[in-house]
Order: sequence, then C-alpha cells, then structure tokens
Amino acid sequence: MARLIAFRIAQAIPVMFVVAVLTFLLMHLLPGDPATIIAGDMADQAAIAQVRHDLGLDRPVAMQLWLWVANLAQGDFGTSLMLNQPVAEAVLERLPVTGSLAVVAFLITIPTGIVLGVIAAVWRDTWADTAVMLLALIGVSVPNFWIAILSVILFSVTLGWFPSSGYVPLQDDFGRWLASLIQPAVVLALFQIGYLARMTRSAMLDVLDQDYIRTARAKGVSITITVAKHAFRNTLMQVVTVSGYILSLLIGGSVVIEQIFAMPGIGRLLVQAIMARDYPVVQGTMLMLGFAFVFINILIDLIYAYVDPRVRYD
Amino acid sequence: MTDRLASPAEPQPVLSPGATRRRILMRRLWRHRSFRIGGGIVLAIALLALAAPLLTSTEPTQMNLRARFAPPSAEYLFGADNFGRDIFTRVLYGARISLWIGCASALLAAAGGAMVGMVSAWFRPLDGVIMRIMDALLAFPAILLAIGINAALGPQVTSVIIALAFAYIPRMARIVRAAALVVRELDYVDAARVSGAGGARIIFRHILPNCMAPLLVSVTFVFAYAILAEAALSFLGIGPPPPDPSWGNIIAEGRDYSVQAWWIMLFPGLAISFSALGINLLGDGLRDVLDPRLKVEA
Amino acid sequence: MLDVANLTVDFRVDTGWIRSVDDVSFSLDAGATLGIVGESGSGKSVTALSLLRLHNDRATRLSGRVSFDGQDLLALPERRMRELRGRDIAMIFQDPMHSLNPVLTIGEQIGETLRIHQGLDRKAAQVAAANLLDMVRIPDATRRVTDYPHQLSGGMRQRVMIAMAIACRPRLLIADEPTTALDVTVQAQILELLRDLREEIGMSVILISHDLGLVAEFAERVIVMYAGELVEDAPARTIFEAPAHPYSEGLLRAIPSADVDTHRLYAIPGRIPDPGNRPPGCNFEPRCSLAQATCAASPPPLDPIAPEHRIRCPIRSAAKEVAE
Ligand SMILES: Nc1ncnc2c1ncn2[C@@H]1O[C@H](COP(=O)(O)OP(=O)(O)OP(=O)(O)O)[C@@H](O)[C@H]1O
Ligand code: SF4
Ligand SMILES: [Mg+2]
Repeated sequence: MARLIAFRIAQAIPVMFVVAVLTFLLMHLLPGDPATIIAGDMADQAAIAQVRHDLGLDRPVAMQLWLWVANLAQGDFGTSLMLNQPVAEAVLERLPVTGSLAVVAFLITIPTGIVLGVIAAVWRDTWADTAVMLLALIGVSVPNFWIAILSVILFSVTLGWFPSSGYVPLQDDFGRWLASLIQPAVVLALFQIGYLARMTRSAMLDVLDQDYIRTARAKGVSITITVAKHAFRNTLMQVVTVSGYILSLLIGGSVVIEQIFAMPGIGRLLVQAIMARDYPVVQGTMLMLGFAFVFINILIDLIYAYVDPRVRYD
Repeated sequence: MTDRLASPAEPQPVLSPGATRRRILMRRLWRHRSFRIGGGIVLAIALLALAAPLLTSTEPTQMNLRARFAPPSAEYLFGADNFGRDIFTRVLYGARISLWIGCASALLAAAGGAMVGMVSAWFRPLDGVIMRIMDALLAFPAILLAIGINAALGPQVTSVIIALAFAYIPRMARIVRAAALVVRELDYVDAARVSGAGGARIIFRHILPNCMAPLLVSVTFVFAYAILAEAALSFLGIGPPPPDPSWGNIIAEGRDYSVQAWWIMLFPGLAISFSALGINLLGDGLRDVLDPRLKVEA
Repeated sequence: MLDVANLTVDFRVDTGWIRSVDDVSFSLDAGATLGIVGESGSGKSVTALSLLRLHNDRATRLSGRVSFDGQDLLALPERRMRELRGRDIAMIFQDPMHSLNPVLTIGEQIGETLRIHQGLDRKAAQVAAANLLDMVRIPDATRRVTDYPHQLSGGMRQRVMIAMAIACRPRLLIADEPTTALDVTVQAQILELLRDLREEIGMSVILISHDLGLVAEFAERVIVMYAGELVEDAPARTIFEAPAHPYSEGLLRAIPSADVDTHRLYAIPGRIPDPGNRPPGCNFEPRCSLAQATCAASPPPLDPIAPEHRIRCPIRSAAKEVAE
C-alpha cells in the first residue's frame, strides 16, 4: 500500500507539472496583450510598459515560465491585482465555501445515484428503470443554472423555505450553514445523480451477468441477498472509480451555482477575476483547482486499491 | 473502470465500404426508438431556426419600449423583455447562434481530437508527452476549461467555439488514439505500409473510417454539452455578447427580472433543454447501434 | 430420484423465441452417476441450469417435468426452490476463474451455504469452511479460509467450488464441465476428488463434458446431446464400446487414444446448427455420413433399440433390428 501511494504520487508529479505549464501558456500564448487590457483603455504607452514590467511580461517567455514554476515550487501562486493579496491566500479563504458546497452535494449525489442505479438495474425494463433513465437524460440535457434560478423563484421567493443567497460559515451556526447550502447543493447534485445512476445501472447489469452471481444463486442465496451482498459490493467498486470524476464535476459546476446563490466561493472569485481582468487570480485559481483535481484522482485510486482485494494484496 | 470511462472499446469497422452494411445500419437506426424521437426533435428545431424569418415579423433586436415586460400573449407569444424585444423572435434567432456554437465546437473538437489522437498513436515518441498533456487537461471538468480559455480569449462567438472545442479535444483524442492503435496493428494496414502507402493514405483509408463510429457518437454528445456550456458561459458573462441573441445570453439578460418576468428566461431554457434532450437521444441511438460496447458518453 | 420428462427450454432473443433444449427426458437413481456429452452448443449447460431453474426468468420458457423425489421442480414456488438449491442439489461450473466472487473470502463464500441452509453463525461457518477445504484436499486449510479467490490457482478454485457445493451434503451434484478450463494433471485430480466425495457422501452426480472418454470413465450411464436434443441414452459401457448413433460414433472417434497410432485426430466435419436455424429433418443430417433421403424429411423419433438403450436414428434402429 505504501508503495502504491508513493507510486501514484510520483505518477502525478508530471501531470501537475503539465497543468502548471498549461495554465501559464493559457495566459501567454493566446492572442491579446494582458498588459494592454489590464492597464485599461485610457492608458498610455508608458503605463502599459509599467504594467508589463510589473507582471514580468517584458522578460523572455522561457524566463517567465521558469519563474512561474520556481515560484510555484515555493508556494507562490502570484498576487492578485484587484485584491492586493496573494492568490493562494485568496483561494484558501474561499475554500470552505466551495468545499462545503461540493462535499454536501457529493454526499447527496453518491447514495441517491447509487440507489437509483441499483433500482434501475434490478428492475430493468420496468417503469422504475424508465423513470431513472429519464432522470439521467434530463440531467444531461437541462442547464443547471436555469434550474437553479427556477428553484430560487419557487422555493425561496414564493415559498420562502430556503434563503435565496449567501453562505453562513460552519463554525458560526451549523443549522444555518446547512440551510444556506441545502438548496444550491441539491440543485448541483441533481445533475450528477442522473449520471451516477446511469453508471451504477450499467455496472450493476454487468455484475449481475457474471458467473459468480449464478454461483451464489446456485447455493440458494435469495435474490435480495445476491444483489445486496454479492452484486452490490462489486458494483460499488466500479462506482468508486467514477466518484472522483463526479466530485470534480461538482466543483466545476459550483462555479455557476455560487454565482446564482451569491456564495463567496472560489468559483465566484474566478468569475470576478475574469470580469476584472485579474489575470494572476484566473491563472492561480485554475492552477489550484487543477492540483485539486489531480489530488482527488490520486485519492480515489488509493480508495479503490484499498477496497479491491485484488489490488490490496498485490 | 477508469479505463472504461476514458478509452472506449475497440472500434468496429462500421462505416466500411459496402452499401448493404450501411443500409442495414440505417435500418437498425431507424428502428431505434430514441434515435427516432431525438432525430425528430433535432430536425424540428433546426427547421425552426432556419425558418425564423418566416415565423416572425419582427427582428430579434427590435426594441419596443411600450412592450417592456409584456407577458406572453397572442401578440408576444413568449412575452417581451426589459427592452420590449419579442422573446419568441429572440429564441428563434437564438437557435441559430446556439446551435451553430454547439455544432461548430463539436466538429472542431472532433477534428482537433482526431489530429492529436492520430499523431499520438502514429508517432510513438510523442505519445507519452501528448497523453500526459491530455491527462492534465482531462483532470479539469470541461466547463472549467472552457471558462479558463474563454477568459483569455474574450467574449465572442468564435472564442466560445474555440474554447469549447479545446475543452473537448482531450476526450476525442483518446477515442481516436485508441482506435488508431488498434488499427495500426491490423494486418492490412501493415500490408498497406509495406506496399509503400503513404501516411496520409493510411490515415484516410484505414484509420479514420475505423474511428468514425465512436467519434460520431462523441460528436453528438459533445454537441449537446456544448449547447449547455454556451449557456453557462453566457450566464457568467463570457459567452456570445449581446444584443444578438443566443439562448444563453437571453437567460443571462433575463436573470435580473426572473421573478417579475419569468418568461424571459423560461422559454430559452426550455429551448436549450429540448435541443439537448433531442441530441442526447440521438446520441443514445447512435451509440446503441454503431458502437454498442461504448459504455459512457463522451 | 431425479426424473426429467420432456424438458424443453426456449430463450427470448431479438427475433423471437429460440429452442435451446428440445424434449429431453432421462432419469437418475439415488447414488448413481450420469454423464451428459455433446459438442459445444449442444444444450448441456442449458439442461443442467434448468434443473435448478437458474435461468433468467423473464427471457426463458421452461416446459416439461423435472421431478426430484416426486416433486416437480418446474412447478415449485421460487421460495421452496431456493431452499433446495445448495442443500439438496448443488452445482459447480465450468470456469472456476469467474465463478467465485472476487471481493469475498473463500471462507465466507463456502460458509454462506451453511449459514443459509443450516443456520450456522459466522464463526461456526468459518470453522466448517476450513473442514470442507480440508476435505477437498486444500493444504493448510485453516489459513486458506481468509484468502481471496485471486490468491488461488485455477485447480484450487475449482476445489473451493466443490467444497462450496458439498457443504450441505447434497443428494445430487451437477458438475458442468468442471475440468475443461484446467490442465490435464489437475483434471485428473479433480475427477478423482469428485469420485471419492461421491462415495463418501453417497450423492448422485451428473457430470457434463464434451469429452466422451472422460464421461464414460466416470459415469454409469451416459446421454449424448446434439443441437438441443437427446440423441442417445445408454449405459456408459455401451456408449464407449458400441455406440449406436452416428453422432456418438463420431464423438468416440474424436477421442485421442493412446493405443491406436493415429497421427491425425479425427473431427466430425461440419458445425452444429444454430438454434434458430436447424434442418427440417434429423439435426445431424448435414454432417452424417449415413444420411439417406428420408433423414432430411422429418425429425426422427427417439426409439429404444435394446433394454436401457435409446437412440434418435431410424436408420440405425432398423439396421439393428435386421441384425437381430
Ligand atoms: N440465455 C441464453 N439466451 C439465448 N440463447 C442461449 C442462452 N443460453 C444458451 N443459449 C444457446 O443455447 C445453446 C446451447 O447452449 P449450452 O450453453 O447449453 O451449450 P453447451 O452444450 O453447454 O456448450 P458448451 O460446451 O460450450 O458449454 C447455444 O446455442 C447457446 O447459444
Ligand atoms: S437419422 Fe439419418 S441423418 Fe440422422 S443420424 Fe441417423 S442416419 Fe444420420
Ligand atoms: Mg456449457
């Protein structure tokens, strides 16, 4: 296990390096001169040159890349132009918001998606299956921010059940924290639930077709126990591998959801930075999110290795 | 399972020359219910978009201050917005921009992905580097990648297309690479190479036809995603710029009035949902018939 | 004890229903051994699975009678059937690599049978599982119970399958090609184990194989299946020494023998017809060297040609009558 952890981390380093280089290139190879944009329409040549110098854009690209990576290695993700604050600090400050949203949505998605997927597989080709598959189809066809707005109109404005915006930190008040999260998290989860249900269904159908399921039935194990004990565990292992992807999608989706519910999270920061042309923040946020995704993938791989005896004992 | 998500099963030589085979496939597609329903929806929406000038008498950007916030009525079928523009007209014309963005970015992603995948499969020394880059890009959810790229490119229709295409290239590249790797090893490709066929010939005669099926299935799904993503980008303020309507920017503009004038955002949202639904159904049908072993969309 | 009468199995496929097993009848006494042989696709597994009703309910239609101790298994409610599976009738399968659940220890999987049917608790089941592993001659059994299937070789896994099957000392064991996936030396050991256990427990065994030699050596009575039909039913000796049906003869000639110096192994020419695409007359007609015009006209009946000996070939039945 320790070897596996070391191996996975070693494997992730080149990917993280590539992520760093790509985020750097994103801001440098694309058309347009950030300095001109940042300095604003009114700026004269001297001001633009000043901005360019401040950002280090007057140095050769290779040099800039080297500085970027070297700074990263020391934990320096750049400094925000609009906030006058290190990017890493700005992102970490907002992490609890995005983290809470994504984790609560994840905790809603996983059990619901799995249960629905199992139901669809076990009662294959019945109305229950059709309903679940329809939900999955809607999940990949309806824009989530649109549903979010409709949901606010219905549940916050009309019925007044949930706050329509804002975020209450967990340490302030657990109840209000949850209340501020529940609506955005459910909306966010809704779309991944369909995806997960579909994945679970196909994994479960695959497993139900395996020889060892027939073996269990030949022993006299009831259908319920066959599904719950023999098929479910094997299905779950396949679901573990998509759960990292789902968490990443939830984090990606929170960029939009935070905007609607006015939650001061990383996504909101990113959008504000784009509007304010705060390139270091855009770059730094993308990079930190990228690292987070790589990290999530490693974590999922390790969990998988832990739950699968075939890997655990090798 | 990660594998299954990422790399599709080996492709079948589906679009191989042979008219009978094609006819059989067409018949099976036609018999597939979701393909028929999806195809019908997509066709209907495409026709509505094309026939927009015939279906409405005003222009999508035509303001009429007396009609501000007019609710849906016989005159304003879907109501009017804060400038008194007719939402029905805007939704009809918006279809053109939204469908164009979706379609163009899906095709561009496929072309880009095909190139990257082919190069990766054919020039083995580059494979490692290219695939690491694709891994790094794949770590990001596509929407986030599109946001990042579009942040740099600025809000224009073409930059939205480029951003979305880039966001989906890695998936496409993986599909084509997997297919190309399989085909590479086949005897007849070997034979073609031995007999001196050039790279381009091998690519166009042998490899491309073999990844057509999974590629086509992915293009369909990416088409649907791209329509949704365009809307999300618009909503964030980095989509196609107003005043020309796209479904996304109609919703974005209507957002501030969502309580008083719900119709502004309701109808374009329905339009997005219906088209994405239709395209997804179409994709389900294509996948079932062309590439039954492909388990996961895009 | 077991009496199968007119067993017919249909599967639903895209194009409708196909008949996989057609009007098969045979019987088996307590403590006796029966072999079922036939090429791949002849319907052996489908027949065996039907006895325990292990097919997917919704895509399968079973008809006929399978009476076990006088009760018709095909008419039994699923609940009662479940009690019977693994307790009175057990089954082992062809592919030991995939027949064990990869995420459960072998102790857990063997113990499960006992926990279901004999109400043992987890601890007792684990102890019993170790004993069973010992019985199937797996060395170091007490330590092995906590192993996972992937830690065992193919032969070992088949032993685990056997341990699982005999846990409740069933009265009938159905072994569907238990050795096909194993190499030759392991095959012999597994067969010997089955033979010993049969004696020890006193159970009946149905052994399924495409290898006529192996079956004839193991079983007292053999039925030969072809394209879903029973084509010959006779004592093992007869089948091995004087098979009457042309198909059985072909199977016999296909056995590699040590004493005859044949360099080329004989194979019956042609292929078994698909269930949806069988000839109108005798199923074997396209491949049969004795075929005559009448063979293709109508399906031949299954006729007795001697006590304890039935064949589905009028040409041979007639020849036999003439000879007598
Ligand atoms: N679930 C099913 N649905 C449709 N057809 C089936 C099904 N199971 C078996 N068949 C068909 O029934 C026929 C008999 O299959 P069966 O598995 O019994 O052959 P077998 O004699 O056991 O061969 P083998 O030596 O390969 O195990 C085959 O043609 C097979 O394709
Ligand atoms: S009935 Fe005719 S074709 Fe069939 S086995 Fe006998 S001789 Fe051959
Ligand atoms: Mg079989």
